Parts: sequence; structure tokens; C-alpha cells
Amino acid sequence: MAQSLAPAHPPDPTPFRTFRTLSGRPGGSLRLYAAVARGSFRRYAGYRAATWAGVFTNTVFGFFIAYTYQALWQIRPHLGGYDLSAALTYVWLGQALLMPIAAMGGGVQDDIEARIINGDIAVDLYRPVDQQLWWLSADLGRAGYHLLSRGIVPLLVGGLFFHLRMPAGSPAAQALTWAGATVSVALAVTVSFLLRYLAALTGFWLMDPRGVRQVTVVLGMFFSGFLLPLSLLPSTLAAVAQQLPWAAMVQIPLDVFLQRRTGAALAQGLLLQLGWAGLLLGAGQLLQRAVVRKVVVQGG
Amino acid sequence: MAESLSVPPPWYGRTREALRAYRLVAGMWLRASLAYRTSFWITTVGNAVTSLLDFVVIAVMFQHTTTLGGWTLPQVAFLYGTSGLTLGLADLLVGSLDQLGQRVRDGSVDTVLVRPAAALAQLSADRFALRRAGRVVQNLLVLGWSLWELQLDWTGPKLLVMAVLVVCGTVIFGSAFVAGAAFQFFATDAAEVQNSVTYGGATMLQYPPSVFARDLVRGAVYGIPLAFVNWLPALYLLGLPDPIGVPGWFRFASPLAALLCAAAAGLAWRAGIRSYRSTGS
Amino acid sequence: MAIIEVEDVARTFTVRRKVGRLKRERSEVRAVDGLSFEVAAGEMVGYIGPNGAGKSTTIKMLTGILVPSEGRLRVAGADPSRERVRLARRIGVVFGQRTTLWWDLPLRDSYELARRIYRIEDARYRRNLDRCIDLLELGPLLDVPVRQLSLGQRMRGDIAAALLHDPEVLYLDEPTIGLDVVSKNRVREFLAEINAESGTTVLLTTHDLTDIERLCSRVMVIDHGRVVYDGGLEGLHNVGGSERTLVVDLAAPEPDPISIPGARVVRMEGPRQWLAFPATDSAAPLVAAIAARYPLVDLSVKEPAIEDVIARMYGGGTTEGERSLEGSVAGA
Repeated sequence: MAQSLAPAHPPDPTPFRTFRTLSGRPGGSLRLYAAVARGSFRRYAGYRAATWAGVFTNTVFGFFIAYTYQALWQIRPHLGGYDLSAALTYVWLGQALLMPIAAMGGGVQDDIEARIINGDIAVDLYRPVDQQLWWLSADLGRAGYHLLSRGIVPLLVGGLFFHLRMPAGSPAAQALTWAGATVSVALAVTVSFLLRYLAALTGFWLMDPRGVRQVTVVLGMFFSGFLLPLSLLPSTLAAVAQQLPWAAMVQIPLDVFLQRRTGAALAQGLLLQLGWAGLLLGAGQLLQRAVVRKVVVQGG
Repeated sequence: MAESLSVPPPWYGRTREALRAYRLVAGMWLRASLAYRTSFWITTVGNAVTSLLDFVVIAVMFQHTTTLGGWTLPQVAFLYGTSGLTLGLADLLVGSLDQLGQRVRDGSVDTVLVRPAAALAQLSADRFALRRAGRVVQNLLVLGWSLWELQLDWTGPKLLVMAVLVVCGTVIFGSAFVAGAAFQFFATDAAEVQNSVTYGGATMLQYPPSVFARDLVRGAVYGIPLAFVNWLPALYLLGLPDPIGVPGWFRFASPLAALLCAAAAGLAWRAGIRSYRSTGS
Repeated sequence: MAIIEVEDVARTFTVRRKVGRLKRERSEVRAVDGLSFEVAAGEMVGYIGPNGAGKSTTIKMLTGILVPSEGRLRVAGADPSRERVRLARRIGVVFGQRTTLWWDLPLRDSYELARRIYRIEDARYRRNLDRCIDLLELGPLLDVPVRQLSLGQRMRGDIAAALLHDPEVLYLDEPTIGLDVVSKNRVREFLAEINAESGTTVLLTTHDLTDIERLCSRVMVIDHGRVVYDGGLEGLHNVGGSERTLVVDLAAPEPDPISIPGARVVRMEGPRQWLAFPATDSAAPLVAAIAARYPLVDLSVKEPAIEDVIARMYGGGTTEGERSLEGSVAGA
């Protein structure tokens, strides 16, 4: 097993009331969600020692995994369509995305599970904001912080010790790659959130949410391409895995950055991410409604 | 003279008392966890499956090659199994310590210190979770497969080295947990640092030393001596040439490394407790 | 005979404070400074003082959790920091803010574990547990996991856990904090009974004057790390009633403090204002006068907290010599 969960911090007493006044005004809801995201960013930025501890650990893991890839790609120089430098870049980018996409579970998932256990979630459901969007904003804020701290620093260290591949080609092509990668990472975080949101809500029906979390983490770690590029799997499995929602979390954004998806393939990749995001958003809304019904009928 | 020999030294009594406290606390948690059978089995299997993922990665890698760093799949599986087994045992025994920073922050270390038992024993046994044995069992299965495939010629000395490997590996990883916990007395938020030695170290030890940069391997021999967990004994057990370039007797020096690790962890723990008892936080 | 002896004890902490964006400044804080007192066996002593006065630091040193920087401590003939484990068998500790019980396990398991860790003989254990179950009404709670207990239930559970091994000294750090009136009374009655029957020495810190009133014939007030008053409660109580506080929630924030004769605003926060008025005055005319001029949402009257009383007693930069209770009473 790779890294264990980030230290579990006590759930924030989310300051609903502070933001509530904003939602009444025109254009207020966007400002509300922006404020939630900013608040979440700042909250995680407050755990400074935890951040450095995490950066250190991400970097150490990056080294270990990079050497194993190097050993494999030295034997098979173009395995899975990646050259050595692309494969090493894949490792370090994967480490950079680990926390933003919360591959090990967590982020707002911890908060929601805690609120389900202590019953606060029932109160949340009566608030005049959409819970899914509220928690999505919070998770995007968290992911933003983790990308800047625990994403970038290990990547820079990795770049010092290994030859990593940066987007190449004409300035226009480079710009398109960077823009595509940015959008793709944002969608990756969104899809990852939506999956974790679904998993967290199952806590309403199950006594112990740990089982569901373990299953989703295992599926996510493997089918996202975080452990190995999906193209290394047996061909049928690889083809199926490429279309699953987990591919939207790691495999697609990394392929966009490594320019394995350009032109039509780039558009197709982003569309796949967008499609899963839409589908999971809908599923989340349905499940959320079922939860509200359950809370109203049984009083939580 | 004869009389002084029959009186047990003071550390003997203290150790026995500490083990007793550990057994009492752990036993209570064990009974409590078994009360929820379904939950227990789900999380145990979950633990096993999660820890199996790393072996799936190795298996997929060997779909594309016959050797990695010059080692075959059964040989790498031997490293995987021994690394996971020893980490799993250490995690089972003292893994609860990794939440120490949290306990310092919420002040519950104080409640441990007012009980008449060693703090380390109480804190390691707290939340003792048999579900962590899921990792142990899963790794044992892989190790069993590897030994079956390797068809080693088991001699007395080899059996001894194998047993020593399991014990000393567990002690080395256990020391890492204790030292990591001691560090959390100073940096209560930095629980994750120790993951790079425990879980990170175990990931490294799943692969042959020849895969890694020379300096990294030297660091694992002379720095944090993780190489003594399984790399060095494996060279002897599997009869492989030394890719590291260390004295030959290092293959049998795991007990020495384990002793040094335990001593270092013990000192770190004392420093941590001392710091806590002079700041109260 | 003194069972607790504290002689010139000091405990300094190094505090790092942020100065500007990056710089950090180290400074020394003396949480306890030249503290000396004695408690005789069988006494029940209230130990009070404002937040940060050094109460918890003292308790932590007396239990052996914290090592003193200077001075000498003896509890039941032992040096707490050097003989922590040995002493632990002879003392009981209850922290009001956190539990010594095992959070996820039924209350019964915590007691069972205590029995074995403290090596309590069966007969004694059963006698003590039965008494606690009886007096603290723990019967129905024994099989409930501790995390599901209410604060009051948990506190009762904690107190029982601290007494199973017949400690000679019992420390209680805020034993009634957050409890409802019924639970408070039950806890107080139990403590009084234990003290009377078993002769257990009790040292308790609290913010609730009533605890002291009901239980302790002797009070020690600590401020800035040293004992500034040691004696009966009567004097403290006189000063205690000096000022009460009216908390007013207005419909909308007022830019200016409410101006009403006979009261003065001591604090403002959005639509909420705090008004201090003499405790001898009735609150009713004050409320009427405010309601006539401002739209009110809610209001409440707060009795003076001990820390306010202490602050009043020793505030205003008096010298050591003037820090006597009589002086303050005379001045009031």
C-alpha cells in the first residue's frame, strides 16, 4: 500500500451563517461558493507543519516509484507508448495530483462523514444552499491549496533529479497543452469530489463508512492510472478502464500534459471528463434527495 | 555474588509491567472490535485488498518483462512478502502510535500519564485493531507463493535467518513507528513524515536494491537501516550476488541493526516524553 | 499531617510568538512562580483563579505529568515527577475538559481495565464500584459506550473511575464545567460524602463559586502563578457580588454604546452589547429603560464569574502587600 491518509483534522465548524447573507443578493450564489472555496483554501493553508510533512512524504514516494519505473522502462523503452522521460514525468505528476484529487479518500469526505456521525448533516440539509455545490466549492478550495503546496514542490524536486518532459512544440501548441491540462485537472478534482460525495452519502445507510471508502479508494488508485499507466494493463481491461470515471482523475489529465492527447483526442478526453462530471453530479443530486427524504421521514 | 544474580534487574520488572499493561489494553480493544463482526471482517478484508494493490502493480510490470533489476517475479515477490509482513506486524503491534500528534493536541496524553503504567505501552495498545492483520495475512500468502516457486533448499541456518528476518524486520519498522511518534511530540501536525519511512520504506523494500540509485541504497544501509529488514538477508536466502557493495557479514547483521534502531527509537521516545513533560503540550 | 507539600515551585514555558511575517520571538512565561502551600490529609480545598493563573499547571505538576522547573513537591510522600507510576496508584484525577475513560468502549470496560491496571482486589473493587453506581446513579450507563454519554453522565463516570482504587488524594480540574444543575448537585453531594466517609483529600479547581461554597472550607486563590489568598470563603463571596452583566442583543448593530444611567457598556460586538451594573441593583428598570429606546431581540443577565471577581480584587496594579482580601472588601 502506498501513502496513508493525511492527518485527520477535526471538521471545521463550517461558517454557514457568515455566507448566508451573500446568497440573497443577485449573483450572490456564485460569490457564496467562491467564498466557501476561499475559506477552505485558507483552512488547509493553516496546517503548515502538516503541509511540509506531506510535501516531504510525497517527494520520498516520488523517488521510490520513479526508480521502479526507470528500471522497467530501461528494459522496455517505449512501454505503453511512453518513453523513459514521459514515464518519469508521469510518476511525478501523479504524485503532484495525489492530494488534489484525494486519491486516498478524504478532503471534504472526512468532514461529511463526521457530520453524518454527529448528526450535524441534518441541519445542513435544511440550509438554503445546494449541499453538493457547497461541498464541491469547499473541495475545490482544498484541492487548489494542495496543488500549490503538495503538488508543485515535489514536482520541482523531481525535476532536479530526473529528466522530466515539459510540453513541447510551437508556442500555440504549448499554450493549448497548458490550457487543456489546467481544465483537465480542474475536471479531475471535480470528478474525484463527486465520487467521494457519493461514497460519503452512503454513510446514511451503512453503519460503518470505512468499508465503502476502502473499496472506492482501491478502485480509484488502480483504475485512475495513479499506480501505473492504464495502457500497461491487458488490452481489453485497458480499453475499458480508459472509459471509466476514474480515468478522468489521473490518466486523462496526465496524457493531456504529456501531449499524448492533442487535437481531437484532447477534446475527446475533456468531453469524457465532462460527461462523467455531469452524470455523477446528477447521481449526487438524486442521492442527496433520497437522504433528505430519509432525514425528513425518520428525523435523521 | 550468587544472590545478586538471582535478583532481576530493575528494567526486567518495568518491561514485564509494560507488557502486562499492553496486553490488558490491547485485549480490551480486541474484545470490543470483535463485538461488531461485520464491520471487523469488512475492514480486515479491505486492509488486505488495499495492501494487495502494490503486488498487482508488480504483477502488471512483470507482464512486460521477465526480470526487474535482475530479479525474477518470485524473487521480487519474496521481497514484497517479507517487506509487507514485517511492516504489517509492526503496524498491528504499535501502529496506533501514528495518531500521537492528535492525542497531544486534544490533551488525552495527560490521561495516559496519570495511570500507573508505562505511557508507551498504553499508547501503542490504544485502539489495537486486529483488522490490521489483513495486511499480514495477504503478505503471508504472497510470501508463501514465492517460496513455493523458488523451491529454496532449506537448511538450518537458512531457517534461522528467515525467522530472524521476520523478527528483526518487525523491530526495525516498529522502531520507525515509535521514533515517528516521538517526533510528533515536537511537531504535532507532522504525522505524515513517518509514513515516508514506514509505508514509503516498505514500498522501496518491495523492489530489488539494484533498481535504486546507489546513494539511496547506501542511505538504507548506513542511514536508516531499512536494508537490514529484507534486502540483505534476502541476498543470503536467495543466494544472490551483492549489488550494493557492503561487507558480506551484513547479510547476517539484522539483529544488530534492529538493536540499534530500537535503542535510537527508545532514546527518541524518552526525549519526546521529556519534552512533553516540561511543556505540557 | 500534610499530604501535599508545595515549596517554592516554579514552572517556566518558552513561548514562540510571531513577530511580523516571518520572524518569531522567543519569550519566557512563568506559569507558576514561587508557589508554596500545604494541604493536610482529609482536607477539601478549592483552588481558584483567573484563566491562565497556573491552576492546571499546578495540577499537572502534582500528578507528575509536568516536571517543575524549580522547587520541591511531595504528594503522599512521593516526588510526583520522579515517581509518576508509583504515585498514580495513590491518587485519582478527573479532568473536566477531557475524559480518562476509554472513548469507544462501554463504561463497564473502563472500570474493568482500571481494576486490572491498578491491581484492585476483587472485594474492594466490587465494594467501591457498587458504592459509585449507587451514589452516582451509574447503573443504566454501564453498557453504554462512553462517547454516547452526556457530559454530566460522563463526568459521573469519570469521577467513579478515579475513585475505584481508593486514592488518598483526588484532584478535580473543573469537575462541574458544562453540567446542568441536577448533575452538579449530584456530583457535589457525592464528593462531600466521599470526603467525609473515606477521608480522601480533595483539591479542586473550578469557575463555579457554588462548588466551593458547598464543599470547601478552605480556598486558595492563585494569580500570576502564586497563591494570593488562602483562607475561608466568606471574604471572597462579599466581593463576588459587586457587579453583574446584562447582555443585550439588539435588532440591528448600534454604532454607539447604549447610554443608560446606572449601567455602563463594557463590550460591543455587532448587535450585542454587554452592560455592567451594581449587583445590588435590580435588572428590571434597566431592561425597561433599554427596551423603551432600542428594539431588543434577546437579553440575559450574567452573574459575576470568579475570574472577574479575582480581576476586580487584584486589578489596578496593587502591590503585593495590598493584595489581601480584607483590603479589597474594605475598599468596596
